[in-house]
Amino acid sequence: MISSSFDAIIPMLCVALAGLVVLLAEAFRGRDEKMPIGGLAIIGLVGAGAASILLWNRNATSFGVVTADNFSLFVNLVLIGVGILTVMFSSQTIERDGIPAGEYYAVMLFGIVGMMLMGQATDLLVIFLALETMSLAVYVLTGIRREQQQSTEAAFKYFLLGAFASSFFLYGVAFLYGVTGSTSLDRIGTVIAAQSMSGNPMILLGVGLLIVGFAFKVAAVPFHMWSPDAYEGAPAVVTGFMSTGVKAAAVAAFVRVFLSSLEPMITDWAPVLWLIAAATMVLGTVVGVAQTSLKRMLAYSSIAHGGYLLAGLVAGNDVGKAAILFYLAAYALTNLGAFGVIALLGTRERANDDLRDYAGLFKSHPALAVLMTFFLLSLGGFPPTAGFIAKWYVFSAAIGSGYYGLAIIGVLSSVVSVFFYLRIVVMMFMTDRDARPVPAPITTVAYAGLVLSLAGVLYLGVLPTAVIDFAQASISTIF
Amino acid sequence: MLFYAFAGAAVIGSLLVVTQKNPVYSVLALIASFFGLSGLYVLLEAPFVAVVQIIIYAGAIMVLFLFVVMLLNVPREDAAEWDRAHPLYRPMAVRIGGALALLLALELAWALSRTAGLGGGVADQHPAVSSVAELGRVLFTDYMFAFEVTSILILIAMVGAVILAKKKEE
Repeated sequence: MISSSFDAIIPMLCVALAGLVVLLAEAFRGRDEKMPIGGLAIIGLVGAGAASILLWNRNATSFGVVTADNFSLFVNLVLIGVGILTVMFSSQTIERDGIPAGEYYAVMLFGIVGMMLMGQATDLLVIFLALETMSLAVYVLTGIRREQQQSTEAAFKYFLLGAFASSFFLYGVAFLYGVTGSTSLDRIGTVIAAQSMSGNPMILLGVGLLIVGFAFKVAAVPFHMWSPDAYEGAPAVVTGFMSTGVKAAAVAAFVRVFLSSLEPMITDWAPVLWLIAAATMVLGTVVGVAQTSLKRMLAYSSIAHGGYLLAGLVAGNDVGKAAILFYLAAYALTNLGAFGVIALLGTRERANDDLRDYAGLFKSHPALAVLMTFFLLSLGGFPPTAGFIAKWYVFSAAIGSGYYGLAIIGVLSSVVSVFFYLRIVVMMFMTDRDARPVPAPITTVAYAGLVLSLAGVLYLGVLPTAVIDFAQASISTIF
Repeated sequence: MLFYAFAGAAVIGSLLVVTQKNPVYSVLALIASFFGLSGLYVLLEAPFVAVVQIIIYAGAIMVLFLFVVMLLNVPREDAAEWDRAHPLYRPMAVRIGGALALLLALELAWALSRTAGLGGGVADQHPAVSSVAELGRVLFTDYMFAFEVTSILILIAMVGAVILAKKKEE
């Protein structure tokens, strides 16, 4: 019954091991000794990536609660990409901001372990543990600049609200367990399908509470209140990390739970998620227009992107599932790149994230301005970039399932969102810079990270077929 | 009948926790609430969990809580100040929150009123795991992975607490 094979958890073990090594390296580091701690983190992540690729098509399972099907491996690869890029951007900013490197990287790596487990777990109890592992790591990273009041406040708010959301999730798990007698997704799916439970109030209650828990982590309206504060208060690199990694992991688990074991009840939950998705797209966009802080604006933009992802989930067809995976990859690269630019432009004293700080950026940092333009165009969904294909793919999935309204709302809100993305581009290229603190020169590693994400964004935008095929292969093995 | 007694103790205890103005009383009320909970565990034929609840929560953790509260010498909350400054006393927030709470209560009532004929909960499908030996066996077989993952969770919590609480290096 219990397979004790370790195959499926090898990617996670690589990252967890790297986390422990990083922690020990920091402990044995001399006071002024320099150590390539970020390099250790990258080695672990690359190892996990290699393991994920080797596990492809094997459908390994471990301990009966962790699976390494192609769906979770795709998510793993996205998360590993997020991790590597974050480390590359961090190399410059944590030194500048005086953040302790060992602890920072260790917590980040453990957070990635939690995220990977979110995608791989097939048992609600394990999904909950993964959710907590990931969340605790992100709470700590949010508040890691303790001397900054804003950072501490953000971490505290995020922690309190996140703890509430976790308890909602756990309550939902308890209800499902009470009715079906199991926390395993397979068993729950079988019981629900066999007994046509869709009218059962206990199970509806459980499903509703699960939606609350997941929607909080995806930052979907009306559970989005924490994200602008948390995203603005956290260091920019961390914001990039959590707006992509946490979202990818939460969406992966959301998709797995709702489209596998709760699929028989799709007529019950699809209308609820329809409303949430529509509200998320609209509110994220409309409120985003009014922001003057770039980080806050991108926070609302990432709320809106969560809405597009949910649209794919509501569609629930094969195109939708593949579209979600493709969207996660495209969004992760783009958003990380944008937050990477913001992080690199900051100084220790000031985050430099006000819109006016970007006036005349093209004159002082032409390369950064061009990179940022591409990322913003991709977030807005312009044709040569990844964002366009991703949005097009999600909306065509929604139309394929007959959700014309949702697709129209999505298209309209992305048209509106173009306004605030282009406003920054205009700022960067067409206005002059008044005297403002000039950030430190940017290191090669950080530049390489930015170029890497740009390459990814353009590759997904121009030649998406390979990755789309990959995404379709990922979903064909499950569900 | 016993169920209602224990459940009532737990609910009233936790209500007292949030309404008391003196933090020491809050902590004591929380202990009472935990005793109510552990009574519920006994009724559910889970004596081990009940004992653990008393020893670990009501015993160890709450004593630590009490120490911290007393050592920090947390002042009594000033009622007038509280009324003026607290966001929960803004009229809009009270109304919306009240409406939401009412909605939640109605939904719960609806769900409970329709579950009468449900029966057949978990207990019918699973023999109760009550003895310590049996619990240990389950923990290290069926739930072994979850058990191991918890260690990473606790490690993160520990590292995080150290990061956020340690003194700044000069």
